Amino acid sequence: MMKQQTAIYVDGLHVNFSGFAAITNLTMEIRYGEVRAIIGPNGAGKTTLLDVITGKTRPTSGQVFLDKTIDLSRHDEASISRYGISRKFQKPSIFDALSIEQNLELAIRRGRGYLDMLRSKLSGDQRRRIAEVSVLIGLAESSSQPAGTLSHGQKQWLEIGMMLVANPKVLLLDEPVAGMSDHETQRTAELITRLKSPERAVVVIEHDMDFVGQIADLVTVLHEGSVLGEGEMNKIRNDPRVIQVYLGR
Amino acid sequence: MLMKKRLEQKVEFGFVALIVMLAVYMPVSLYLFPQGSVFSLSLFSINLIGQIMSFALLALALDLVWGMAGMLSLGHGIFFGIGGYMMGMYLLNVSFAQTHVLPDFMQYMGWTDFPPLWHLLSGFGATLALCVLFVTMVATLFGIVTFKSRINGVYFSIITQALTYALMLMLFINDVGLGGNNGLTGFTRILDFPLSSVSTQVGLAVVACLVLAAAYLLLRFLAGSGLGRALVAIRDDEARMRFLGYKTHVIKLLAWGLSAVLAALAGMLYVPQVGIVNPTIVSPSLSIEIAVWVAIGGRGTLIGAIVGAILVNGLKFWLTAAAPSVWPFILAGVTLLITIYMGRGLWGEAKGTLTRMVR
Repeated sequence: MMKQQTAIYVDGLHVNFSGFAAITNLTMEIRYGEVRAIIGPNGAGKTTLLDVITGKTRPTSGQVFLDKTIDLSRHDEASISRYGISRKFQKPSIFDALSIEQNLELAIRRGRGYLDMLRSKLSGDQRRRIAEVSVLIGLAESSSQPAGTLSHGQKQWLEIGMMLVANPKVLLLDEPVAGMSDHETQRTAELITRLKSPERAVVVIEHDMDFVGQIADLVTVLHEGSVLGEGEMNKIRNDPRVIQVYLGR
Repeated sequence: MLMKKRLEQKVEFGFVALIVMLAVYMPVSLYLFPQGSVFSLSLFSINLIGQIMSFALLALALDLVWGMAGMLSLGHGIFFGIGGYMMGMYLLNVSFAQTHVLPDFMQYMGWTDFPPLWHLLSGFGATLALCVLFVTMVATLFGIVTFKSRINGVYFSIITQALTYALMLMLFINDVGLGGNNGLTGFTRILDFPLSSVSTQVGLAVVACLVLAAAYLLLRFLAGSGLGRALVAIRDDEARMRFLGYKTHVIKLLAWGLSAVLAALAGMLYVPQVGIVNPTIVSPSLSIEIAVWVAIGGRGTLIGAIVGAILVNGLKFWLTAAAPSVWPFILAGVTLLITIYMGRGLWGEAKGTLTRMVR
C-alpha cells in the first residue's frame, strides 16, 4: 500500500497534571486513509491524547501537528475543530433539547456565519449533506424528533452523524460502541468502515477487541502514558507484553 | 407534532396581541369610560401598568441570557440602572431648560450649573444613543473578560452581584455627583410634554407596552433562529459547542450585549413613570428579584419572564397596600409554593398542560 500523507504527528509528547504523568514521551504518526485503533488499560493516556489533539489540554512539552504544519498546541478547541478535526465523546454529547435535524444543522456550520445562523439559512450543499448523513446513520425518518428521545445507540450514531456532516479530515472516536448491543456494535463497525477515505484519518479508542479487529488497519497500544506497541491486530493480539499488561487480564 | 408546533406558534405570537391590546385599552378606557365605571382604568393603575411593563422588559432581558444562554446574571440591575440614571440626567436637563432652577442636590453641592458631561444628555435622541452605546461598552468589557476566561456558573453570578453592589456603593457617594442616596428626582418634562399631564403619563405607559411587545417579538425571532438554537446548545453543553467549532465566548457576548441594551431601555422607561432614580435601582436585592420573576414565570420561555414580572410586581403593589404587615410572607410563600410544585414556572407548567391536552 502506498504510504499516505501524515494527518496527525505527535512528537515526544509529555503531559503532566500536577505531578501525575498522564503521557510520557509519546511519539506516533497517524496517516490519511487509515483507521487507527488506540487501545490500552484505563489510565494509559488515551483520552488525554485526544484532549491534547483537540486543544482541551496543553502539552507540558513535546509537539502535536496537523498535516505536519499546524501546531495544535497553539490553538483553542473551536479553531482546531474548524481545521477539520472532529471528536466524538465517550458519553453521547448531543443536544437533547434540539431535534435530530437541528443537531446536524449546528454541526454542519462549524460555528461559522453568524448572519446565516440568525436567518437560519443553510446552503443547498449543506441541506443535501444533512439529508445524506441522516440516511447513513439511519435517522432520516425521525429527523424532527427531539434528540433526547433517542435510544443510547441512536444517540451515538447521531453524534457520529454530527461529525460527518462537517466532513472532517480527522475523526476521533472515543469508545464509540460503549454501552451498545451486539447488533448495534456490528452496525457501527460497518458505518466506520464506510467512513474510510484517502482524505480522512480515523482514530478509534476502544476496549472491545473484536470490534477493533474488524475495523482497524493499525493498532497502537498505550500503557502508562507511552506507546507499548504498534502494528496489525494479529501481531498485537499475540504480543506477550501487550497480553501481560492489558489483554491477558 | 406539526399541529402542536402550529398551536405553539399561534400562542407565542398571539401573546404580542395581548400586550398591544392592553396598550390600546389604556387610553381608550381613560377617555371613553367615566371614572369609576367597571371598564375604566384609573390613572394610578395605568401608571402602575407602565412600571410593571418596564419590569417585564427587564425580566425578558434576563431570560435571554439566563433562560436561553444559561448565564445567571444577578447584576442586571447595573444595566437597568445605567438606563435609569441617564434618563434621569436627561430629565433634569430638560426640566432645568424649562424652570431654570437647579436640582436640589446640585444646589446642596454648591454648583452653579450642570457639570459639562451632563450637557451631552440634553436631547432625547442623544441620550438614547449614548445610553445604548455606553451600556454596550460596559457589557462588552465585562463579557470579554469573563467569557474568554471561561468564568461560569456560581462564580459568574457572584461576580455580577459584587459589581452591582459596588456600583450601588459608588452611587451613594455625594461627590460622584448623581445625587447620592437621594438620587435624581424633581422631573417636570420629557421631550416637550409635561410629566404631570394625564396624556403624558398614559403615553409613557403605552410606549412601555409597545417597547415590550417589540422586544418580545425580537427575542421570539431570535429564539427560533439558528443563532437562538446555538445559544440553547451553549447553555446545555458549552464545551461540546467549542469542540463543534463554535467560538462560544463570541456568541455569549452577542446575547449579553443585546440583553444589556434591553435592560437599559427598561430603565429608561421606568424612571419617568416612577419619578425618581436612586441607588436602590442597582441594589443587589433588585437584581436577585429579577431572577425570581423569571423563575416563577418559567425561565427559557420568554412569555414566562413577562408573566412572572407581572405577577410578582402586581402582587407586591397590591399587597403592600392591602396587607402591609404580612406581604413579605405572602410573597415568600407564593415563591416557595411555585418553586416546589411548579418547577417549570407558571407559564412553563401551563405550556406543558396545554401540550398534553392538544395531543
